[in-house]
Amino acid sequence: MILIALYITIAMVTLAALLNVYRVIKGPDAPDRVLALDTLYVNAIALIVLLGIALQTRMYLESALLIAVMGFVGTVAMAKYLKRGSVIE
Amino acid sequence: MLDRLSFPQPWLSLTLFFTWQFLSDGISGGSVVLGIILAWGIPQMTRRFWPDPPAVMRGWRAPAYALRVLWDIVVASVEVAKLILSPRQPRPMFICYPLELDHPLAISILVSTISLTPGTVGADVSDDNKLILIHSLDAEDEQEIIDTIRARYEKPLLEMFR
Amino acid sequence: MSTFAEIAISVLLLVGGAFTLIGAIGLARLPDFYTRLHGPTKATTVGVGAIVVSSVIYFSTLGRGIGVEEILVTVFLFMTAPVSANFLAKAAMHLEVKTTENTRGQTWDQ
Repeated sequence: MILIALYITIAMVTLAALLNVYRVIKGPDAPDRVLALDTLYVNAIALIVLLGIALQTRMYLESALLIAVMGFVGTVAMAKYLKRGSVIE
Repeated sequence: MLDRLSFPQPWLSLTLFFTWQFLSDGISGGSVVLGIILAWGIPQMTRRFWPDPPAVMRGWRAPAYALRVLWDIVVASVEVAKLILSPRQPRPMFICYPLELDHPLAISILVSTISLTPGTVGADVSDDNKLILIHSLDAEDEQEIIDTIRARYEKPLLEMFR
Repeated sequence: MSTFAEIAISVLLLVGGAFTLIGAIGLARLPDFYTRLHGPTKATTVGVGAIVVSSVIYFSTLGRGIGVEEILVTVFLFMTAPVSANFLAKAAMHLEVKTTENTRGQTWDQ
């Protein structure tokens, strides 16, 4: 039963990632694209966790943690750049 | 000089130390040493960014608040999900919310809570810390949202940071 | 593994996937930037949270201990989602991103 639920969930999260890519391409403004990229990395974390369950290993969770940290820093840096024109003042 | 060797934020240092022990594979001499270095170094490096601690902080009220927020997050997500899936257009609105809180930490907790709960995102805090700009996804009435936030989130925070 | 744990894990997985998908649909469908901000900050955060909790239950029923990494990821996501939403909203107000016609109230930029 878990396996079926796992496959359905992976399909849903992948579809969500595709919709995010659509928003990255379509825009129309820079903040929209950054927001879509932000959502995309959260989806990537979900996919890594699902992969861990599918392969029955906890090895990949550390990479999920790293993506969470780096994605947040990236989003904040991009937002700061859009607002101020530079990241570090 | 002595201040450079101290732990300006004891709770942050403790959290960092124990998190590092859990993250490394088993507790060993190396992980304890590195944990102490991190618990000392990170609060020292970030001390300029932290606001002054509030005069009184009633920490025991925090768990009840966290549970209420967690429950509201679930309810809020179901509401937003319903709105996204229904065909009608949302009725967005910008709302100015007058703050009663004045401590920066309390304000940032309130804005984070607003962003995670019912149909609202905290968009900006004015420079004098008196107003928050809130964007509401589907608003009927401005006053109703202000009253809900005031009663549900700001009152408990006022009790906590007095 | 007990049937109860299996049901709990499957339901959490499906709920998490559904919320993640709904967040992305909101991102693709809603009319302007400020309304689109709501999908990812709420639905996606809760969706990923549910998936991570199901992973915690799964590995603890397999007898591999409670995962600190999973809990850290969840806490981190819940703490950072409102912060990045706030930063993006500020950036959008600065750039004067268009709002839909039926938006009431005014933005400010300071």
